[in-house]
Amino acid sequence: MAVVEKLGGDGAGAQFVPCWSCKGPVAARALFCHTCGAVQAPGAVDHFTRMGLAPGFDVDDALLEKQYLGFQRVLHPDRFAAKPARERAIAQSQSVALNEAYEVLGDPLKRGIYLLRLRGVNSAAADDKTVSDPALLMQAMEQREALAEAESVDAVENLMIAVGAQAIQLLSDISRAFADDDLDSANRFVLRLKYARKFLEEARLKRAALES
Amino acid sequence: MLLQIHEPGETPEPHALERGQAIGIDLGTTNSVVAMVSGSHPEVLRDAGGDGLVPSVVAYAYDEPLVGRMALAELARHPDLVISSVKRLMGRGAEDIKKLAGALPYEIAADAAAGGMVRLKVGDRVLSPVEISADILRALKARAEASLGHAVEKAVITVPAYFDDAARNATKDAARLAGLEVLRLVNEPTAAALAYGLDSASEGIYAVYDLGGGTFDISLLKLQKGVFQVLATGGDAQLGGDDFDHALAEWAMKRTGINGLTSGEAKILLQAARAAKERLTTAPGAELKAVVAGHEIRQSIDRGTFEILIEPLLGRTLRACRQVLADARLSATDVKGVVLVGGSTRVPLVRAIVADFFKQEPLAGIDPDEVVAVGAALQANALTRGSDTLLLDVIPLSLGIETMGGIVEKVIERNTPIPVTKAQDFTTYQDGQTGMLIHAVQGERETVDACRSLGRFELTGIPPMVAGAARIRVTYAVDADGLLTVSAEERTTGAKAEIAVKPSYGLSDDEMADMLRDSLTYAREDMEKRLLLESRVEAERVLLALRAALNADGKLLSEAERAEIDRVAHAVRERIAGEDRAQIHAAMEALDRATHDFAQKRMDIAIQMALKGQRLDEVEAGMATDGAR
Ligand SMILES: Nc1ncnc2c1ncn2[C@@H]1O[C@H](COP(=O)(O)OP(=O)(O)OP(=O)(O)O)[C@@H](O)[C@H]1O
Ligand SMILES: [Mg+2]
Ligand SMILES: [Zn+2]
Repeated sequence: MAVVEKLGGDGAGAQFVPCWSCKGPVAARALFCHTCGAVQAPGAVDHFTRMGLAPGFDVDDALLEKQYLGFQRVLHPDRFAAKPARERAIAQSQSVALNEAYEVLGDPLKRGIYLLRLRGVNSAAADDKTVSDPALLMQAMEQREALAEAESVDAVENLMIAVGAQAIQLLSDISRAFADDDLDSANRFVLRLKYARKFLEEARLKRAALES
Repeated sequence: MLLQIHEPGETPEPHALERGQAIGIDLGTTNSVVAMVSGSHPEVLRDAGGDGLVPSVVAYAYDEPLVGRMALAELARHPDLVISSVKRLMGRGAEDIKKLAGALPYEIAADAAAGGMVRLKVGDRVLSPVEISADILRALKARAEASLGHAVEKAVITVPAYFDDAARNATKDAARLAGLEVLRLVNEPTAAALAYGLDSASEGIYAVYDLGGGTFDISLLKLQKGVFQVLATGGDAQLGGDDFDHALAEWAMKRTGINGLTSGEAKILLQAARAAKERLTTAPGAELKAVVAGHEIRQSIDRGTFEILIEPLLGRTLRACRQVLADARLSATDVKGVVLVGGSTRVPLVRAIVADFFKQEPLAGIDPDEVVAVGAALQANALTRGSDTLLLDVIPLSLGIETMGGIVEKVIERNTPIPVTKAQDFTTYQDGQTGMLIHAVQGERETVDACRSLGRFELTGIPPMVAGAARIRVTYAVDADGLLTVSAEERTTGAKAEIAVKPSYGLSDDEMADMLRDSLTYAREDMEKRLLLESRVEAERVLLALRAALNADGKLLSEAERAEIDRVAHAVRERIAGEDRAQIHAAMEALDRATHDFAQKRMDIAIQMALKGQRLDEVEAGMATDGAR
């Protein structure tokens, strides 16, 4: 497919490709062709761009939801039920791309990992790689032990409150690290957030078991 | 003919792309309902007596199957030829059925034990649940056609939100057998919310508690500005009023010491239990009367005793309610309204426990038996004529893949919004391994045995490599109907290997083809007709796009060039009017060739303008961000 970089333009996004339907030029990022109106395939853009948001760790949840619903309103396959199969399939891939972006941007942990990846850092939190943060491992072990010893709903909830507070603190730590462009710290905090989340999940299960 | 250009994303008014009027169908365990929007109002299609419910019962006593009340009337005479509650068997294997508690009112065909979808022995016929459901759908379709005075070919069909992939596929197959194109499978609680939400432009979080004849669903939805966003869904695809009937019937059998009923006798006893149960909704006491196995059963029961019998079943529904709230990270007090759906929510104890759980009186403004069909009709209308409302649904059960040692690795978590696509990488564990069995399962448990098997896919043609060197990417794609497609690819060599699909409890393509052939109403021509229609729609699309391109850039063409394109386009239009799919395709290809230079010119001009620094992309970049409002 012919992709033409506009010379002297502002770089990213200033490209156009032939519309699959009318074959005329259409901006690589456009959702619809301005000539024939056909929905366009989701371009290879990052999740922030897709949602029309500025890239960064701080995302306004209400705004994210508004953007998500606004785009789904025009791109969801239900809007194309009477169109040819090919257009329906393209709408579906647009809708899939929106759901993926919404999932990643809507969750601070996934968002942090994603933002690191955009900056070229493959976070240890992204998969189950071995972790080399002795302080984190030590803390995680202590918390696990405390959870194992907790014998009442109250005791479990007290632990949840403590770790929950840590998780909230981590969100602002991550935010600051990204703002300072301190990717090493951001990476470390993101990994801690992952551990805190995991702990909270286990604690929830234990609480449910104790309750029943 | 005047061609129109539509706003992006707008569903065009039916003319060139006319795809006919679509109906909404609630294919229930006990009762089915068909509705449609006429004018701007959804309307349930009723019989001469004003009854909108069609009992989901089929009698195979004569040459032609009887459906509904007429079938029910055959129960006393031919208990073994009358089939009800077949929805509970959709997408199920013979093994699953044995796990269902109680005396089964079905006779399982012996050869079905071999695996695959369960089959029933009905007199001297052997029928799959898909075929029986198709008979019900045919009757509903006929009711709609009688009321409209013309053929109906498209429908939105509802399924329990908690239906798994196999049951959804079975439902779609049944529709196909009945000659209905399914525009969308919509989850029953979502459809009910749609019916309510449109009535009372309400915003906020709503719970839909749907306890029907055979299934229980609980969904949490967020309503805002015409968007119905499902936050979480849960339930039990094997829990409903039928189980109340079973509990009552077993109680009566225990009290009278009768056991070992035939499937026909079980049906009669269950019918009597159901009548008693329904009386207990309004009366403090009732009598369960039936003659089975030469004995007369006569048992009085009061409401209190009945409530003790069903209490454990209701406890199961509350557990599901707790789970969805936890999944959505909400508490009962966040819920602004509770919608009751399904005939079993008429039981006073059900209303009481729901009110107690959500700390509020539930809404029941629309007939709980009809509300799902009304929602389906609204969605059918939205899909064919356009609408401002939008349904955003989720998958009810996690989708996973079998890994070493029978452990399930989840690929898509439950309550993930659909449509969704997720990929996961795997590798080979033996040197020179050229094949891999991919086993797709659905469920929340960690072992394969505890989940439902959806299908096995054999990936072949992996180039021989040392163990662990291959990168096999398995992709799960779930569409807006909640249906899964699996594909697999070896990535290091780029070799895309073939996959063969063997649905565990579905019908194979061959079986489907056989049934389509056997079915009297719809055969191969139907398939051919549908393909022709799709080709016409595609050709119309091409002409519309060309017209738009000519309007914008026609000035780039000389008169001779323009005349040539018009001539070839005209040929396409002529082929559309014809009946030959191959000719339509040939004409479209000719048009593609004839417009090749024109397309090239349009791109060249764009490049030249870009070189001059003109912001050609500005218009579209503007459109891209206008999308969100
Ligand atoms: N007045 C009543 N009191 C108690 N139960 C009732 C009453 N009326 C109907 N039911 C029960 O409601 C059930 C049927 O409800 P409904 O028609 O909503 O189910 P369905 O849509 O066929 O099933 P599903 O949605 O599970 O597939 C039956 O079990 C029936 O006995
Ligand atoms: Mg129902
Ligand atoms: Zn176009």
